Amino acid sequence: MKRLLSGNEAVAHGAWEAGVSVAAGYPGTPSTEILETFARFPHVYAEWAPNEKVALDVAIGAAYAGRRALATMKHVGVNVAADAFMYAAMTGTEAGLVIVSADDPSMHSSQNEQDNRQFAKFARIPCLEPADSQDAKDLTIAAFDLSEQFDTPVMLRMTTRICHTSTPVEVDARRQEHPPLIDKYPRNPAKYVMVPANARKRHPIIEHRLEDLAAFAESFAFNRVEMRDRALGIITGGVAYQYAREIFPDASILKLGMTYPLPQKLIRDFAGRVDRLIVLEELDPFIEDQVRLMGVTLWPEQVAYPHTKSIFPITGELNPAIVRQSAQAAGLLPDAGDAEEAGASATAASPQPLPAGQKIRGNGDLDLPARPPVLCPGCPHRGVFYILHKLKVPVNGDIGCYTLGVVPPLSAIHTTGCMGASIGVAHGAAVAGDKERHVAVIGDSTFFHTGIPALLNVAYNRSNVITIILDNRTTAMTGHQANPGTGKTLQGQETTEIEIEPLVRALGIDQVVTIDAYEVEAIEKTLKQWLKQDGPAVLIAKHACALLPQERRKYVALEVDPNACNGCTICFRIGCPAILKSDQLDPKYHRPLAEIDPLLCTGCEICARVCPRDAISFRDQVVHLHFEA
Amino acid sequence: MKNATSSQPTTSLPPLNILLTGVGGQGTILASNIVAEVGVALGYDVKKAEVHGMSQRGGSVVSQVRWGRQVFSPIIPPGEVDFLLAFEKLEALRALHYLRPGGQLIVDPHAIPPVTVTSGDAHYPDDDAIQAKLARVTPHVHWIPGVTIAEELGNAKAANVVLLGAFSALLGHAPDQWLDVIRQRVPPKYMELNERAFRRGRELIQTERE
Repeated sequence: MKRLLSGNEAVAHGAWEAGVSVAAGYPGTPSTEILETFARFPHVYAEWAPNEKVALDVAIGAAYAGRRALATMKHVGVNVAADAFMYAAMTGTEAGLVIVSADDPSMHSSQNEQDNRQFAKFARIPCLEPADSQDAKDLTIAAFDLSEQFDTPVMLRMTTRICHTSTPVEVDARRQEHPPLIDKYPRNPAKYVMVPANARKRHPIIEHRLEDLAAFAESFAFNRVEMRDRALGIITGGVAYQYAREIFPDASILKLGMTYPLPQKLIRDFAGRVDRLIVLEELDPFIEDQVRLMGVTLWPEQVAYPHTKSIFPITGELNPAIVRQSAQAAGLLPDAGDAEEAGASATAASPQPLPAGQKIRGNGDLDLPARPPVLCPGCPHRGVFYILHKLKVPVNGDIGCYTLGVVPPLSAIHTTGCMGASIGVAHGAAVAGDKERHVAVIGDSTFFHTGIPALLNVAYNRSNVITIILDNRTTAMTGHQANPGTGKTLQGQETTEIEIEPLVRALGIDQVVTIDAYEVEAIEKTLKQWLKQDGPAVLIAKHACALLPQERRKYVALEVDPNACNGCTICFRIGCPAILKSDQLDPKYHRPLAEIDPLLCTGCEICARVCPRDAISFRDQVVHLHFEA
Repeated sequence: MKNATSSQPTTSLPPLNILLTGVGGQGTILASNIVAEVGVALGYDVKKAEVHGMSQRGGSVVSQVRWGRQVFSPIIPPGEVDFLLAFEKLEALRALHYLRPGGQLIVDPHAIPPVTVTSGDAHYPDDDAIQAKLARVTPHVHWIPGVTIAEELGNAKAANVVLLGAFSALLGHAPDQWLDVIRQRVPPKYMELNERAFRRGRELIQTERE
């Protein structure tokens, strides 16, 4: 039966059919739905780990124990898990181990753009790349067989357009029977204890394994030649295959389901059957560099160092318009005269042709107001950023919804790098002797992810950092996943709800308070007091995400009293989408009065608390007013 | 280089390209799921592409659906959308360059001012400017007041289904297949509301033609 599945759902189906019994990961766009889907299958164990490194260790542990295991993460998650990634490549496992890296070309929801195929090459493990959801399911199953055949972890490399595109998939309701591959946990230190003496023996083994994999790649069913016209041959893989078919419908294609290691002979044979050979791939010249290194002649023959990618851009995701324009600019396709309509200006030589989707947007003459992402109405993070902005302190931020504290008018974040970086970066400024006292802002899930060791460092090395933990009781940005603070597991089991305050105290910090995140006055008073003192301090601003069901039930729209409001603009400064400038002007100053959109307002009262004229009703006043009416 | 220069598919008709756009919370993704499933039910190859995560926190939401005998790229090139469904009129303008000149535009006159407008930093374009801009790309602009109709029916959230009704009528489809798919996608207690919303959308297109 065919069903429309996203690439992520397809990977989950593939893993289930392949008999995977353990899967672990950390939420991250665009990877999140793989584990959410897998967790709902019968007879499987799936968990959100606190971070990707732990998740990968868990998957490796299950695979050492003879059970097929899956680890899922976004591209930057592999950075966090890199230590585990590298040792697993050295040891191999007893049963199949597949690591999904969901890359995010164009950074729809990421801090950087990296091509994780490089990680597979770095670790000498195979890299498989699906081109649609059917491919994603099939390659997931193939990846487990490959992993066991060659005693190697396998990377399944996805990208946003594969993860979040739905295409028809043949869904098999049957699951491969996969009892543990071993009777007893291995006692094999030469293979699994990577002390130098053992590791030195393992390294040549993985280099030989790579040669065996390259030989296998020649006959791997997912490396496929599609001969059409011989004038142009295209080596491609992943979503770029679809663009190749769309823009060059008559070209011959070598579609690589495995982009590392490459099938040399297949590539040479293909090169010999076409007049002109190009590589079409997204991001790095990963295939292209390898093919040139083999001495195979690609078109164009010359590339400029250090940007060895020819024809297509190295930055941003591809799309049919960019592929067509790049091909036209390189002289592969005739100019159709529609280049300007698509708005791109890619040239073959340019290393940074287009931030994809940016130049393509925009509509010529009419200047459209932007609709940037913002903190939602009722967001419990809003008050903290309003106060931090007001206090004019340097703020080191972190990764989550609350990164939007950087957006005007809150404009309260000065650095954001990666998960958990806030506290360490603030500590660095403090020990460097920066004159201002630094505030680190981090969410609950991010604190559990990598914030804990950084805060331990602040406590241990006694710096003046103030850490604010924005505890909204969920992993909000990626869609409300459970975490160690929620009291629920991925598979819906009740579990210990880790309390942050005792944890912070146990790390060695005495100055700790928990305040409801909507209590802006108390937050301001506490921070002002701490700014005059020395030593580490932690404020836990706690209130559940306004989008959680239990919070939605409490929504009450507040109201502005037009007779009390004088248009002072203070409530506009909290940046709430529910607060509008009304058409009514204050008679004295002729400033627009505030107005509240009753469909958007949740009744969080942050605006009411900051209003100096008590012009905005509190919840009980609204309820009271309506009761009297 | 005889045929590597051709960009016309030789094996099949080009796919039907549908782009849906709106603001986070308007049900744009749900609507595109329905469109994609209808495509499958009609026997087409289907691709549906969207982006999740940060780009959705109150921001613009775009979902692309392609139906065809064989569909390759999940992304529709600018200027090649056949049907543009916009659940908010500013978002119709933002996605307008995707529409093929002369393509069909179904747009809700509903306005959701972005925070750049409510903060007073930017101006929401007035209706004359919007209409003039749309008219330059296509004469086929169907104003469907989905939010108004859905509110009349008792729940503004059904606005997306009003526009889907209009879309189904423009395609000349009978309602049954669409309603079957909607039935699988919405909770039973909302089905009656959604069916009424869907039929109201169809009626508006039928009235347009009279």
